[in-house]
Amino acid sequence: MGKRLVSLVVNGRLREEAVGDATLLLDFLREQLGLTGTKRGCDGGECGACTVLVDDAPRLACLTLVARCEGARVETIESQSAGGRMSALQAAFHEKLGTQCGFCTPGMIMAAEALLRGDPAPDEVAIREALGGNLCRCTGYVKIIEAVQAAAGVGTPGDAPRRADATQATR
Amino acid sequence: MERLPAFELRRASSLAEAIGWLAGTPGARAIAGGTDLVPNLRDGLGSPPVLVDLSGIAGLDALVAGDDGVRIGANVTLARLASDAALAQALPAVVQAAASIAAPGHRSVATVGGNLCVDTRCVYYNQSEWWRRSNDYCLKHGGDTCHVAPHGERCHAAYAGDLAPALIVCGARVEIAGPDGTRGIAIEDLYRDDGRAHLALGPGELVAGVVVPVQPPRARSAYRKARARGAIDFPLAGVAVRLSADAGRVASLAVGLTGTNSRPLRLAGTDAWSGRAIDEALLADLGKAVQKQVSPMRTTLTQANWRRQVAAVAAQRLVRELAEAIA
Repeated sequence: MGKRLVSLVVNGRLREEAVGDATLLLDFLREQLGLTGTKRGCDGGECGACTVLVDDAPRLACLTLVARCEGARVETIESQSAGGRMSALQAAFHEKLGTQCGFCTPGMIMAAEALLRGDPAPDEVAIREALGGNLCRCTGYVKIIEAVQAAAGVGTPGDAPRRADATQATR
Repeated sequence: MERLPAFELRRASSLAEAIGWLAGTPGARAIAGGTDLVPNLRDGLGSPPVLVDLSGIAGLDALVAGDDGVRIGANVTLARLASDAALAQALPAVVQAAASIAAPGHRSVATVGGNLCVDTRCVYYNQSEWWRRSNDYCLKHGGDTCHVAPHGERCHAAYAGDLAPALIVCGARVEIAGPDGTRGIAIEDLYRDDGRAHLALGPGELVAGVVVPVQPPRARSAYRKARARGAIDFPLAGVAVRLSADAGRVASLAVGLTGTNSRPLRLAGTDAWSGRAIDEALLADLGKAVQKQVSPMRTTLTQANWRRQVAAVAAQRLVRELAEAIA
């Protein structure tokens, strides 16, 4: 099958790329753009490691056809840090030990980012629901939930890092 | 998983265009959210030459509440359905079912039409190409034997959509658009008891939307499912109940079931219980009726008989809880 031109904004930068109709967003990001922060986990829509944001909503890049992303705004884990500084979520995952092997972390952070944009002060139930599709085999999830709480400033009083504006950092 | 097989993606701008492409191209498939179709294609379960993208069809994502009920367009996403506060009041079972489907990364793009038409599932079917080849394939795809029931004639893959049972108890109708125009049918009639061909859709036909009538006053509904993972998973058994009651007695009771058969079911015989007291005897009869009418097979790693029992218990608990909420 032939290729088509798609134009989309990836991490704030307009891209015009030739893609196949059957090319997955995951392969496009990792292999065509070299953005390997988005992880290939189960590669079948079950683990959340490839979670990215498309127009602010969480999406699984392994199930998404890039040819259907015409005009879309895609954000990956690479959009989180700005000027060499970690975003509030990244800093919180670091400080709260929300990361162990690190493979699920990009998907966890992007799923949490989607949550915090819609609900800046989520309760624990909302955090658990937002991360329900993201598997971690190391942490047991407790530290991940604490990290999201810390980033949102809704954790234990006194120990939360100040929340930088994560949405601002991605633009 | 494997890469996708090659196909041509065509973006339909109208329902008529989509229907024309689907009817005129042998093997063409419709794609909405793609959260069910894409992993199946990556597992080698089909290789359509053309995928007709429904996501750009104007108006197909309308969600309109009127005097005679609610019309939910096929392209309404599950995320939108799950977060609609007005619908949560009017049709709690439907909203609870939508919220229970998969995870936020799926629901943001998965659609009502897609969930109604979700493919049937089986432990012998939802596997990689090499896994299925090493097992001589199965009746649903590429083989001639159903490994669940090798002496039978049919495929027993289980229907696993969550919205259908909730819409069944709410008395919904489905709008089907096709080459001969649009027709409306009761949602139960969208399905057939055949795991290999579970949708009663003709060539070129599409689910365009669902119409849910105004619910009876004092009726309450709810949905619950059992699954292996606490999030993301398909139902091993799913139950929707709509109950209206008066002074501790049944005014009307509807029960919808999913995950246990190749089609979603409306429990038969509940009309005869109108007027009965909601007590242990009624719940016992309900449990027996569910156990008798569902027919889970060995399509999951979880035992079939456990799924049968869990369907019955879930129905009993929902009726008890709804009765307490109404009282």
